[in-house]
Amino acid sequence: MEMKYEQRTRALTVTLPAEIDHHSARPIREEADMWIAKLRPETVVLDFSGVKFMDSSGIGLILGRYNKVAPIGGRVIVECADRRTLQLLRLAGVQKLVEIKSAAQV
Amino acid sequence: MKYINSFKLQFVGRSSNEGFSRSAVAAFLAQLDPTVEELSDIKTAVSEAVTNAIVHGYGNKLGIVYINAYVFANRKIAIDVKDKGKGIEDIQRAMTPLFTTSPESERSGLGFTVMEAFMDKLRVRSKTGKGTVVHMVKTLKAKE
Repeated sequence: MEMKYEQRTRALTVTLPAEIDHHSARPIREEADMWIAKLRPETVVLDFSGVKFMDSSGIGLILGRYNKVAPIGGRVIVECADRRTLQLLRLAGVQKLVEIKSAAQV
Repeated sequence: MKYINSFKLQFVGRSSNEGFSRSAVAAFLAQLDPTVEELSDIKTAVSEAVTNAIVHGYGNKLGIVYINAYVFANRKIAIDVKDKGKGIEDIQRAMTPLFTTSPESERSGLGFTVMEAFMDKLRVRSKTGKGTVVHMVKTLKAKE
């Protein structure tokens, strides 16, 4: 996991690890929330380009960050999700709340 | 139906074993040469069932999670994920999409929905105070 903040656009980018499950979601959540509280970013980008496995814990992770930033006027963007991840996100209706960009759109 | 191959796995229900357990099932099924997609479906479904056993079955206690996997003729596989935890009071409600008893730990309430979507058949048996068995079946695509 890697965090990057761009001052100009007030965007916090969280690069997610290869496997997102109940076990790995917790440290991601804790670190991301620490940065969100400190920086109050306008945009939180969740970069899925390195994700090889994800279960429904990933959905909780996305919606949880959305619930953190939406009240302070922020937005969440899911970036580079593969076909499988997209399938899971659609199952949950995540696309209604957050913007989803494929690798080609980034 | 009589199976032609099987394996059993039991492990302490620590969340650090979630990755290990789904990888073990995937490694066992590799002999059937499943597609990447099929393997992903199965790993995701196993991950959901194992996480449920750890988070909901045992909660704050540590217990043993059991996985039995079977291979039948015609590329049919079955996987049972079992715990001896607290059981599910209302299975129908537990299986309702987005229903969760753990919103604080960001469980999305989609575990059973995902298992149903990615496997052909899902059956849940549970007894309060005794535990839960999640039975999942999938038939892999025929090899050319």
